[in-house]
Amino acid sequence: MALKLSDLKTSAHNDWCPGCGDFGILNAVQMALAEMNVDPTNTVVVSGVGCSSKAPHFIKTYGVHTLHGRAVPFATGIKLANPNLEVVVEGGDGDGMGIGAGHFVNSGRRNVDMLYIIHDNEVYGLTKGQASPTLGLGMKPKSLPSPNINQAINPLMLAIASGYTWVARGYSYDVRHLKDLIIKGIHHKGYAFLDVLQPCPTYNDIQTKEYWAGEGNLDDAGRPKPRTYKLEETGYDGVVHNNAEAEVEQKIQQAILKSFEFGDHTPIGVLYQNEFVPTYEERLAGRSPSYKTSPPASQEIARPDGTPLANINKLLEDLRVF
Amino acid sequence: MIGGVQGSGVDTSAQFFAKAAAAGGLQVFGKREYYSNIKGEHSYFQVRVSKGTIRSHVDTVDMLATFEEETIFRHALEVRKEGAIIYDPDLDPKRLDQVPTIESNVRSVLNAELSKAGLSADVKGILELARRRGVHIYPVPYNEILKEVGAKHGETSLSTLQRMLNTMAVAASFALLSYDENVVKDAVRKQFKSKPKVAEMNADAVGAAYDYMEEKYGGSFSFRLTPEKVEGPRLFVRGNTVVAMAKELAGCRLQTYYPITPASDESEFLESHSEIELDGHTAHENPQAAENIALKAKGSIAVVQSEDEIAAVTMAIGGGLAGVRSSTSTSGPGFSLMAEGLGYAGMNEVPVVVTLYSRGGPSTGLPTRHEQGDLRFALYAGHGEFPRFVMASGDLEEVFYDTVRSFNYSEKYQTPVIHIVDKALANSDCTLGMFDVNRVKIDRGDFLKEITTAVNGEFKRFLHTPTGVSPRAPLGTKGGINWYTGDEHDELGHISEDPVNRDYMMDKRMGKLDLADREIPIAERVNFFGPENADITVISWGSTKGAILDAMEWLKSDGISVNFIQIRLINPFPTEYVAKLLSKARKIVGVEMNFSAQLVGVVREKTCIPIEQLVVKYNGRPMSAEELYDALKMIHEGKAPKKLVLKHGA
Repeated sequence: MALKLSDLKTSAHNDWCPGCGDFGILNAVQMALAEMNVDPTNTVVVSGVGCSSKAPHFIKTYGVHTLHGRAVPFATGIKLANPNLEVVVEGGDGDGMGIGAGHFVNSGRRNVDMLYIIHDNEVYGLTKGQASPTLGLGMKPKSLPSPNINQAINPLMLAIASGYTWVARGYSYDVRHLKDLIIKGIHHKGYAFLDVLQPCPTYNDIQTKEYWAGEGNLDDAGRPKPRTYKLEETGYDGVVHNNAEAEVEQKIQQAILKSFEFGDHTPIGVLYQNEFVPTYEERLAGRSPSYKTSPPASQEIARPDGTPLANINKLLEDLRVF
Repeated sequence: MIGGVQGSGVDTSAQFFAKAAAAGGLQVFGKREYYSNIKGEHSYFQVRVSKGTIRSHVDTVDMLATFEEETIFRHALEVRKEGAIIYDPDLDPKRLDQVPTIESNVRSVLNAELSKAGLSADVKGILELARRRGVHIYPVPYNEILKEVGAKHGETSLSTLQRMLNTMAVAASFALLSYDENVVKDAVRKQFKSKPKVAEMNADAVGAAYDYMEEKYGGSFSFRLTPEKVEGPRLFVRGNTVVAMAKELAGCRLQTYYPITPASDESEFLESHSEIELDGHTAHENPQAAENIALKAKGSIAVVQSEDEIAAVTMAIGGGLAGVRSSTSTSGPGFSLMAEGLGYAGMNEVPVVVTLYSRGGPSTGLPTRHEQGDLRFALYAGHGEFPRFVMASGDLEEVFYDTVRSFNYSEKYQTPVIHIVDKALANSDCTLGMFDVNRVKIDRGDFLKEITTAVNGEFKRFLHTPTGVSPRAPLGTKGGINWYTGDEHDELGHISEDPVNRDYMMDKRMGKLDLADREIPIAERVNFFGPENADITVISWGSTKGAILDAMEWLKSDGISVNFIQIRLINPFPTEYVAKLLSKARKIVGVEMNFSAQLVGVVREKTCIPIEQLVVKYNGRPMSAEELYDALKMIHEGKAPKKLVLKHGA
């Protein structure tokens, strides 16, 4: 039976501000899951803390709303315990690249097979609009008392440098395009990072919906020119096809160059993909083959009477001295 | 005692000594002391050997073996009268001021002693001082003997030969004790069983050391060590390894860790034994189990080294949410980072086990030394109020069974469990009878394999129940879905700030501790040793157990009766039982390895019974049976201050 979009909606009250970019991302996630016809009981949406991290409560799959900055390690534990689950992580830019930066970087080294979506609006919304790690130096959204004195992180470049094997950017009000990206990110074998440009109508009066639509960015004919463009429409190909060293190097370099395009001409789409890198699950199975055949969550550990199934006699035998 | 420069094989030689003694049927207790350093600093290993049960270390050294000067300077004067020092005579001219790793205060004390005795501040001088105090000094020219052994095997490389120094020192010690040479040779062959050539060369080194000692010093030392007959199998184990094995048996299938002393050895053991044998012998008794076993011939534990302890604990909680018995192992500084994660597990009723290896704090503290300074922190780590279990084991046998229990408590009551294992246990090696795996039972609590109660596809994970424990379905269970959040939540796991719901949820979570208090038998929570009525009642927890039991025995022969309350489950605290015992006590003494007697504070808080007399120690070295014996004796005689601070240890 095909999953309908309405099957993925919950009755939990959504308290995001009217016009929030989170709605576009939420819709895209639900549309993607419906289109993929996932089993909601086999799907887990994990989030951190912040406005966007309330998302799991609005999606009718298993939902785990965790701690500020910790969505990724929670999700890693969930996925490694049960690699058969479909795991999607959502969180804000402050959650992922401020307080959770250590996990953002180090999870790239592991390449666990899951998708991480960052709602990137350049401010901390829930605490009333402070500067987030993606807000540029000197920028002053209306809630800041004075211009930002920190430089912005380049999330795409950071992801590539950290080892993410699928790196893309989307825009929250291009819902169909975003939905397609989410499907690709979930299908990707390995760790996928999707940075989503998201207006915060309450606190970010710079990168607004109108800004991204092209307000003040006129073409030769004087019409507003949207500030985003789709990579796939330019013939850009970020995918590693044959895993030759030179090819990987070239794809990484072009993706990093693209990651610097921001502002009036901002690319959205897939910057980089390499499915030749073994996933963490495959690496674990390389260490212990039965991880693949019987991962932790599918292992029985005891008989019905409580007798343990593990037999440690061999370990004990090695330690016998008499 | 064997001492030497860290990284020079002190650990290996002590292990070899202990294993050779254990192979002769003797009981062994080994204690390792080392600096937070890879190579160059002083380290030593103390091994106590006996025919009967040994539970602790002692301060006096009967025999000191070494091949470097620092050990001599630091420990020569700890050797008892009639004891022995075996050393390399090439070291004689080494001066005290040439050893930069000796702390200046230690150096000045030694200088003063030597100059008072009119002796030179060198190895020769300090050994002369020891000799005057009745210690036998045995110079053994290791290098000469080694060269002869090398020549026989065509081995001239000095560095290869030097690697046998440890074997030589151990063999010389055993020779002096007239211990069976063949037992020692067999032990060394076993140690190097993967390298037959090395094994034979080492066995010859043993022979050569025996020959030299017999020829030169035969019959000069009055102590004897003779092999014993043993009933049943015996193990020689280290604390970290015991925890690891018990975790595999208990069904732990996800272990996360960030490297930290003295915890990492456990995770490394698990990583190198991550394939788990499953027991198929009695499969026919249960068709369902038989099918599972046939499908999955082996189990495995996923061991993940994380980027920090925040990730370690949150990954483990993720594993718990997915229905897998999960744990993480750490020590004080790492545990500090886990505080927020613990609160999440408490709030969301997620089973997770944290093995907390207790070392000297605060901050980086004494990273490789022992202390019980984290009890209060383990009890209260995290903001807000949530239920957690805190347990502490007293010896390696308890460590084994308590580790299994920690997972049972954690799943049955759906709470985080903190299992404190003192550094003194983690790094102790001792002989033990075989663990009885048949005693071990796994209790997963109210654990659903399928959800049948979902309404509109939604499952009430935090369902109102009379006990406060709700049926738990792991993420991925068919038949329904639910949510988790660190926010206060309703039965489905959705955020709720409703005051009525808040009251209900707080009562539900905290009430699980009362439930556990009613359900868990006292035998699992408290040990009581000694006569019902005694001159002194000792109350303590953790690794002080061994020293207390040994001291109790010695005091008994002095006509002083002592009984001992050992608290193993500190939260929920066995209030009623402990209060009853304490109210009958004549003189209560709190014994702990920390500054403020943390358990004594907990006892007072729970039972309203004040404990005035304390014996504490916080210099980073475990309590010895001797200093505790002296302390209790002093207390009995009414000569002790209210807070008696023990200071022994190098």
